[in-house]
Amino acid sequence: MGYFTAQLISAVKLGSIYALVAIGYSIVYSIMGMINFAHGELLMIATFSLWVLLNAGVPFALAVALAILVTALFGILIERIAYRSIRDAGESTQIITSLAVSIFLEALCQAIFNSSSKALIIPDFFSKTFRILDTTVSVIDVVTLACTLILTLAVVLIIRRTAVGKAMRAVADNMEAADLMGIDKNRIITAAFVIGSVLAAVAGILYSGKYTSFSNDMGFMLGVKAFIAAVLGGLGSLTGAVTGGYIMAVLEVFFSGYLPRGVVSYQTAFTFLVLILVLLVRPNGLFGSSNRQRS
Amino acid sequence: MLKVSNLSISYKKINAVRDISFEISKGEIVSLIGSNGAGKTSTMRAISGLVRAKSGSITLNGEELAGKPPARIVSAGIVHVPEGRQVFSRLTVAENLEMGGYLTRDKRIVRERMEYVFDLFPVLRERLRQKAGSLSGGEQQMLAIGRGLVTGPKVLLLDEPSLGLAPIVVERVFEVIRKLQQGGMTILLVEQNAVDAMAISGRTYIMESGAIVLDGPSAEIAENDEVKRIYLGGKETWATSLLS
Repeated sequence: MGYFTAQLISAVKLGSIYALVAIGYSIVYSIMGMINFAHGELLMIATFSLWVLLNAGVPFALAVALAILVTALFGILIERIAYRSIRDAGESTQIITSLAVSIFLEALCQAIFNSSSKALIIPDFFSKTFRILDTTVSVIDVVTLACTLILTLAVVLIIRRTAVGKAMRAVADNMEAADLMGIDKNRIITAAFVIGSVLAAVAGILYSGKYTSFSNDMGFMLGVKAFIAAVLGGLGSLTGAVTGGYIMAVLEVFFSGYLPRGVVSYQTAFTFLVLILVLLVRPNGLFGSSNRQRS
Repeated sequence: MLKVSNLSISYKKINAVRDISFEISKGEIVSLIGSNGAGKTSTMRAISGLVRAKSGSITLNGEELAGKPPARIVSAGIVHVPEGRQVFSRLTVAENLEMGGYLTRDKRIVRERMEYVFDLFPVLRERLRQKAGSLSGGEQQMLAIGRGLVTGPKVLLLDEPSLGLAPIVVERVFEVIRKLQQGGMTILLVEQNAVDAMAISGRTYIMESGAIVLDGPSAEIAENDEVKRIYLGGKETWATSLLS
């Protein structure tokens, strides 16, 4: 029983990270119809920013806040420099451009900091453990889950209730009609990138905080998995992104925890096999609508 | 009030609109009539800033608006209710109307304008929490006009408001257009439905292949033989054949 609970807890932790990143993919996709493959690199940017700030002696809380801010700025710059001019250029141009941005950022990071693995020293407080039922949980696990719940709720409230959120949905629904109402789509798209970047920054910091060592290639694989989670849930759906993230993590963790010794090294393959099967039955994902209209 | 002078619009190499000029005075309904591809919609899109004019000027009470972004034009007081309604189908009726008030800082004013819209179209009040995509075509047209009115316009550009609607709904929409005029609104009406458009408007411009070929008081234009043959003739024969 203790083993199962421990597995479940690590699935929830990992799922939280995927969910935070998947939301970013979904928001940008629903507004621009674009898949931003550079999104995962924001986790790397957040982690490296935090690492540099901590090494410079900045207090932890301030360093976290600054790292999130830096990541949001990168998000804004990426959209402004790389994506704005190709907004109407077609899907393949956008995908290739976002891959180029991803590779560029990762290489830039390597050029500045080299590719060796680094350690993030976070305050001892976060690694304190306590017992819940029959298993031990550390503070960072609880923080991870709490951050995910709070941020997801915040995003839902922003999108449902605020003027910016409603304008985001209006732009996503019909960009030209939004134009005619005087909604500045550049500002709305910037807002979408800021939200996605903040979530990715928090995810990156939580991830590196948990596993303590990181390198410049940390973002890509995490990003791809979170993207698949978003597709599984239904690209464009927030509920889908979160659900997809947790399903993805449960599959990954439980396959690696319960598969027989001989095949356990193929756990990722098993995970993707299940995802492929789900998508065969529901090509638009679990919460995706089949009749998406984009203008 | 709204004055368009020597406006030309081209897409790539094609000249969609060639050197047209017209004006609308305050409180007037002016209709712009022509067949498909005559350049009516392009003209509207240039006025609302969706497309950039190649040359010419567009002024509202003397203020030059050609080349300005749509947001600037909306705040100047011109709103374009597009062809095919273009409501935000996944937003509720209330949210659609709120988007009309996006640029209006004072939300009390937005609420007042929404009340005015509900007086014009009571059905929208009943549908407030419904997704706009679930409304009927007529209701969507009312919502599109209502959303435009919430921007607080001085000039309303209506592009084919009767398109694809049942005759009884068309009647209702035209009734509202007349009511808006009585309230002092200035309206540019683009229509393929020439009969109704001329009946409701004071003056009419006829557009053919990107140019204005005829203009004058609607009552006179409706009596023009050429106009009768092209725009009214078909309809009359159709109606007479039904009667006989």
